[in-house]
Amino acid sequence: MIEIKNLKKIWEDDKSSVLEDINLTIEDGDIYALVGRSGAGKSTLLRCINGLTSYQGGSLTVDGCEIKDLKDKELREFRRRVGMIFQHFSLLERETVYQNIALPMQCWKYPKEETDKKVKELLELVGLTDKMNARPRNLSGGQKQRVAIARALTMEPKILLCDEATSALDPKTTNSILELLLEINQKIGITIVIVTHQMEVVRKACNKACILEQGRIADEGTVRDIFIRQPLSLRRLLGEEEIHLPACGHNIQIAHMVNDIRDGELFGRMSKELDYVFPILDGKIQEYQNDSMGIFVINVDDAHLEQVTRYLDEQKFTWREIKNVDKTEA
Amino acid sequence: MTLKNYTFLQICQMIIIPAFFDTLKMLVISGIISTILGFFLGVILIITEKGGLCENVVVNRILDFFVNMIRSFPFIILMISIIPFTRLIVGSSIGDQAAIVPLTVAVTPFMARIFQNSFKEVDPALIEAAQSFGASKRQIVFKVMLKEAVPSIISGLCLAIINLLGATAMAGAVGAGGLGSVALTYGYQNFNQQIMYSICAVLVILVAIIQYFGDWIYKKLK
Repeated sequence: MIEIKNLKKIWEDDKSSVLEDINLTIEDGDIYALVGRSGAGKSTLLRCINGLTSYQGGSLTVDGCEIKDLKDKELREFRRRVGMIFQHFSLLERETVYQNIALPMQCWKYPKEETDKKVKELLELVGLTDKMNARPRNLSGGQKQRVAIARALTMEPKILLCDEATSALDPKTTNSILELLLEINQKIGITIVIVTHQMEVVRKACNKACILEQGRIADEGTVRDIFIRQPLSLRRLLGEEEIHLPACGHNIQIAHMVNDIRDGELFGRMSKELDYVFPILDGKIQEYQNDSMGIFVINVDDAHLEQVTRYLDEQKFTWREIKNVDKTEA
Repeated sequence: MTLKNYTFLQICQMIIIPAFFDTLKMLVISGIISTILGFFLGVILIITEKGGLCENVVVNRILDFFVNMIRSFPFIILMISIIPFTRLIVGSSIGDQAAIVPLTVAVTPFMARIFQNSFKEVDPALIEAAQSFGASKRQIVFKVMLKEAVPSIISGLCLAIINLLGATAMAGAVGAGGLGSVALTYGYQNFNQQIMYSICAVLVILVAIIQYFGDWIYKKLK
């Protein structure tokens, strides 16, 4: 379990604050997303977890062990239990795939046979047994990231940190890497912390998420909850602050899980039961792990507003009224 | 008896070939010593710099200053100015062995810079990755930085050795043997253009061989 309390980090150079008042708990087995725009401090927060960077205030404990109190040797020992993968894979270009994966075990002086066995086992897990003697430059991005994942898993870590691990990959490869991460999470119950700016990664792979804005937590909770609530920080992240909506009437955004109700059914039934026909202005269904989530915007006139909102409350739909950002008025 | 009494082949055997081996000896010995010293200096320079593995600004500044200082001496001046030091080490300031001291002193800072620059080119993300799985500082230097930097180090070394060859010729001016001294005394001062130009030819070929060999290893290792 990773527990972060009132964490604070300041850059040594110019004393500017990077992270402030960070409080979050990551349970064992979670796939936790740290999301935010670039410069929000998410990668820095990730590096605090394995001590690659220091923090000045508050506490960060992993299984009860305070990271900033670890001495050099203890920190190295601690890092054995925390694997990490990177955006640009960070593989030794001049070594073979096999040697790259074996490197951590060689550094920790494991016996040769044990290393060999483990490397082959991991090569099979990531599906690259046939590329064992290839060099990273002859591999595709996805394959390189698989090698990096195998390398991160050599010492059977309890936590895997992913720093923008899919940001340099195309969507299809991203999916295959995410599937691999999910598989690892289920097979060995490893806790995974993912830093990303790609919302589809969060939707597909993570169960909890935290949105960072300028070094502070803007929102936190289960991914499902965040996407249904659609907080401002999420909309800012998605670049959906400004949608052009009609100025008349009320624009109501409804979010729901598709498994809970079929969309056509929702609007058809609502229209029928209320005996009121309303326009649907915007609608999208996004994949969310094994489910899908629908987010719709409907326009309701003044007369029917109360009726509609009461109906939505009764049916326990998450809704909120959204306003058009009128630039001339502002 | 003058040189005119001998055929060119005899001159080659008597003067040029032994001189060639003298040059080679100076080149190899000072090359090896300066590579080893340069490696350690380069490692210290890179790990003590700001943001390095063992950041130590004071050590870095001092080393950096000395490296710059020695590199700014013209070789011929350096050689003369460190004569007392040379005497202290080899007991003499004349001859091939004596020349090895200033040659090593002159090329070591150059080597240090080559190592430093080659290490600098290693992707910092790789060092971070090595730290993330708990590699020690020594392992990071030897298993990651050195391994990744080898091709770049090889091409740098090639450059330094050719530089060193030029310096050995200059060392001839103050009493060391070798091709440079022969070209100077038997060629230039004796108005024997044949000897002078044939030594130039030997040097051109030697440089070409070193460069070709360096490129070949570079390609092999890259």
